Amino acid sequence: MVTAVTSLGRSGLSDWLLQRVSAVVLLAWFLVIGWVVATGIDYAGWQALFATAWMRIFTLLAVLSLAAHAWIGMWSVLTDYLTERLMGSKGNVLRIGLQLCISLLLFIYVIWGVQILWGN
Amino acid sequence: MLQVSIYRYNPETDAEPRMEEFQVDTGGKDVMVLDVLEQIKAEQDSSVTYRRSCREGVCGSDGLNMNGKNGLACITPLSEAVKGNKLVIRPLPGLPVIRDLVVDMSLFYQQYEKVQPYLQNNTPAPAIERLQSPEDRDKLDGLYECILCACCSTSCPSFWWNPDRFIGPAGLLQAYRFLADSRDTATEERLAKLDDPFSVFRCHGIQNCVNVCPKGLNPTRAIGHIRNMLLSRAA
Repeated sequence: MVTAVTSLGRSGLSDWLLQRVSAVVLLAWFLVIGWVVATGIDYAGWQALFATAWMRIFTLLAVLSLAAHAWIGMWSVLTDYLTERLMGSKGNVLRIGLQLCISLLLFIYVIWGVQILWGN
Repeated sequence: MLQVSIYRYNPETDAEPRMEEFQVDTGGKDVMVLDVLEQIKAEQDSSVTYRRSCREGVCGSDGLNMNGKNGLACITPLSEAVKGNKLVIRPLPGLPVIRDLVVDMSLFYQQYEKVQPYLQNNTPAPAIERLQSPEDRDKLDGLYECILCACCSTSCPSFWWNPDRFIGPAGLLQAYRFLADSRDTATEERLAKLDDPFSVFRCHGIQNCVNVCPKGLNPTRAIGHIRNMLLSRAA
């Protein structure tokens, strides 16, 4: 058992599952948006679409999925390339610093997303 | 004349590794890469260092990187490895080099040790032997044949970056060999040790291990089975 406190769910299985579920949600969201755009939509139609509760909830789900997906994915990349093993203690400082930046960015995206969806 | 380029490094005398060129006359025969190494050692430079033992793909000693692909030198014919009359031989990637083509396999063995690669059964031993049905025995095919040559784990980028935390394809194939064994009763304890973000889940399924395994085994499939066992245990 390897301990890892900076991963999203601490358990490899839950991270793995969340990564797959969030990928499916994101795919579904982009397919819906792609279909809406491909079938032709104007500004009024776009506003009406995002005024519906289901689209707002679906979009919020997609934003949360993006945050979880990006957290897990970026954590995997950082723990591959920026490690104590490869770069000495500098690796830990760099990795945790970058991870904090990513977390902050994702937090802003989520709040900003809520503001866009339910603002006005 | 075959152009052979061999990775040379002696930590006691060399500041850094270098590639040394050799010309080998194989007499037009499609010999194995190990034969070429033996010929160089016998005729040109006796200091060329590598591991070898059975020379027939059973002991797993001569895992090497030949023209960019890991494999056993003793069962890799030149016709398979050589491209454009050139053969580049390097040690297995990702492990510390002891000398020339010999690597320090400690990290590899540490990961192997972690999966407790032995049968565990605390129920009273029967008078003669623990029986297994032919169907249950069949489940071990494709798992028990591993010879621990390390070709798979040292071709895996996840193992290169985290050889101390990711068990690697060879270790995980053995982990599943005992998870799948009907005579082993430590399934729960074994699975509990694997449910962290590194041991199993650092595998991203790129199948380099399947591509290089000299015994034609499929560690990626075994890892998938472990993941499914973890999932049905926890879901």
